[in-house]
Amino acid sequence: MRSSLLIFPLLVAGALPAFAAASEADFNAAYAAAEAAEKQAAALRNQWTTTDAGLKAAKTAAAKGDFDSAVAAAKEAEALAKASIFQANSENERWKDMEIR
Amino acid sequence: MRSAIQLASLALTALTFGATQLAAAADTPDPAADAKAFQNYFTKKFPKVKLDDFINGPYSMNEGMRKQWEEKEEFPPYEFALEAGKEMFSKPFKNGKTYADCFPNGGVGIRQNYPYFDEKEGKVVTLELALNRCREANGEAPYSYLKDEMASLTAYMAYTSRGQKMDIKIPNDPRALEAYENGKRYFYTRRGQLNFSCASCHVQNPGERIRAETLAPALGILNAMPIYRSEWSGMGTISRRFATCNTQTRAVPLEPQSDEYRNLEYYLSYVSNGLPIAGPGSRP
Repeated sequence: MRSSLLIFPLLVAGALPAFAAASEADFNAAYAAAEAAEKQAAALRNQWTTTDAGLKAAKTAAAKGDFDSAVAAAKEAEALAKASIFQANSENERWKDMEIR
Repeated sequence: MRSAIQLASLALTALTFGATQLAAAADTPDPAADAKAFQNYFTKKFPKVKLDDFINGPYSMNEGMRKQWEEKEEFPPYEFALEAGKEMFSKPFKNGKTYADCFPNGGVGIRQNYPYFDEKEGKVVTLELALNRCREANGEAPYSYLKDEMASLTAYMAYTSRGQKMDIKIPNDPRALEAYENGKRYFYTRRGQLNFSCASCHVQNPGERIRAETLAPALGILNAMPIYRSEWSGMGTISRRFATCNTQTRAVPLEPQSDEYRNLEYYLSYVSNGLPIAGPGSRP
């Protein structure tokens, strides 16, 4: 009983950030991070169409004032851009494995 | 004991040196060996397909599709583009000159020599690029590289070369070899969210289906370009084909005639040397 009483406030505390609405500042920060990662992918000539779509979705949601969706879309776009950077770097040598010899 | 250690050390040094030499030899570009290995791969994978038949893409791998295609060829869907291209090719620019003035042999029967490596520019020049350069040199606006007029012009030029063997040269110039190697790298590099390289479909899985499409073999894949594609409801150039492939793997396509695409065309054309030109073609 005592342990469940202790756990409850911790659960509430943990859940709070998820319920807190995102602000325009949160969106701006998330979007800037995603855009920076996408710029790196562009420099590597390895952008993904899904990153582009995520960035556009983030802007559209932000324009409607839906910052929760905007932040979520921007964070997804950032993750996709980082994955495309990882792909470009890992393919630097790995492409040779597929070569017909 | 000491001499045994010295002997072992000497042997190890010799072995290391030999391995380094072997590794270096394996990494030295050898386009002729690449082309041989490339063609062997496909002829071994598809022993029933004749070498020259690979230019027919999915039709060389699927009997049912081949029959439909042969019937379609009686009234080919690229015919309008071919007629338009012929007319455009002979129509003078405002300055009175024509495309024929820009190309060797008046532009007739030369498709098999494109792309080529221009030693002055230090880069690969494709037929599409040469056509737009010809227009600009004569005071005309360049065409879109993807379809319409460019597809019509290249359709006509390919038609005048039908049956000629692809004959791409790599001059003795380190920049040409580098362009070829970069094209090869692009071909085998995985990209897009789906993590596909060109080779994932056109080397590892030709003849297999991705959704409704039967994948074409990479060998001879450019020999039938440009193509009328039912999926596009129209004609498309090599530039369009590359861009579409990228988009299908969820990669952002590069600019048409970017260095990467020019090098890719150089590599893919070179490894198909000896196979006949069959453009314009039609595909599902």
